[in-house]
Amino acid sequence: MSNLIIAMIRYELLITMRAAYSWVTPLLFFIIVVCLFPLAIGPDIDLLNKIAPGIIWVAALLAIVISINQLFSQDREEGYLDELLLSSYPLTLLISCKLISHWIAHGFPLIIISPCLGFILNLSTHQEYALVMTLLIGTPTLVLLGAIGSALTVGIRHHGLLLPILIMPLYIPVLIFAIGAMTAASVNQPIVGYLAILGALFLITLAFSPLLTSISLRIGVNQC
Amino acid sequence: MLTWLQKKWLSPKNFYHTAGVYLPWIGSAFLLLFIYGLISGLFIAPADYQQGDGFRIIYVHVPSAFTAMMIYFVMACCAFLTLVWRIKIAAIAMSSSASIGAWFTALALITGSIWGKPMWGTWWIWDARLTSVLILLFLYLGFIALQSVISDQQSRDRAGAVIALVGVINLPIIHYSVIWWNTLHQGPTLSKFAVPSIAPSMLYPLLAMIGAFFLFYTVILLMRMRNAILLREMKTEWVTQVVNYES
Repeated sequence: MSNLIIAMIRYELLITMRAAYSWVTPLLFFIIVVCLFPLAIGPDIDLLNKIAPGIIWVAALLAIVISINQLFSQDREEGYLDELLLSSYPLTLLISCKLISHWIAHGFPLIIISPCLGFILNLSTHQEYALVMTLLIGTPTLVLLGAIGSALTVGIRHHGLLLPILIMPLYIPVLIFAIGAMTAASVNQPIVGYLAILGALFLITLAFSPLLTSISLRIGVNQC
Repeated sequence: MLTWLQKKWLSPKNFYHTAGVYLPWIGSAFLLLFIYGLISGLFIAPADYQQGDGFRIIYVHVPSAFTAMMIYFVMACCAFLTLVWRIKIAAIAMSSSASIGAWFTALALITGSIWGKPMWGTWWIWDARLTSVLILLFLYLGFIALQSVISDQQSRDRAGAVIALVGVINLPIIHYSVIWWNTLHQGPTLSKFAVPSIAPSMLYPLLAMIGAFFLFYTVILLMRMRNAILLREMKTEWVTQVVNYES
């Protein structure tokens, strides 16, 4: 079984790396959105420092939504999704592998690049640490929640903006607690409590998301 | 019990007829409660010592907020029935509830704004309760948007059921995180576990209005469901008969 998991994740990652477009675009989107804010608000460094956590988190959230949009659509066009559905292995397991590799390919680069964006928005070291930690614990939850929506809309031809409408309201708790941690970090308070709540949200989502995603996929592929 | 349920309510055809029989009764119960609540709430109940006559919007605001939340809960229960036992009627009830719920949520938000303007001095504040009701509206709209783009009937029902269930799991989490985030709203007027912080002369009209709003929801729901059943079973013999008979 563990062979299967490793092979599946490796395979998914290989595909993503070879089609660099799919993981580079959300990353570029993330960077550009963050860079637009100083231009829109003005170069007031204190103000930017105050709203930087919100800017970076909202941009990361949007980048995740964009990348999650293509989680299953390509596979469906190529018929790979049907193979997964017909496979004798449990679908939840296969989907979990897919989600892990999706997070590594699309969530992790955001986390790597986020301290750089923090620097240009004048974050302190403690805030940088909080930013990386909240993204590290928060983005998997976003991917897990997004997968359900992505599976539901996979069979709809021009779904475009439907997915963000469906899943963004569900992202609010993660956003609130991540920003809570960032605000605490800006006044040098401990952030462990917030990270624990983010971790709890992650575990809850982890418990029901693969199951609901596989149910949704079976629904999603049948609709046209 | 189960056979009675099956016979009277569960098949679309029987549901259509049974609902038709019960509708006038529920409708008149609604009218009675509504008229009592409206008259005693707007004219008989004393004015609030602090908020004056302005508080009377509570008789629309609180019932619509209550009903909006209850409808989402009803939808989630129907979603469970749809996913697990594939009960057709439950799916119809779920889809028909969504837009009613969205309207009640919008009504709660609008009346809340109108109340907030004289009391807080602003139409809108980013307060916990207001925000979570706004998010409830987004959940309703997402559900409606999803159902409106799927053409296949069965996948539409099931996809809607999944998103309603996900929503109901998340709703308490969203609610408490938003409360934690910011709060300014006055404490709940009605609570099951405490003595209500409201005088009886104001309380009874409020309870009547809540009951009236629930009944109104039931009436509209049954009407919409009967309509949806006719549309879904368009090609069957009994619908042709009903349509011919009624026209």
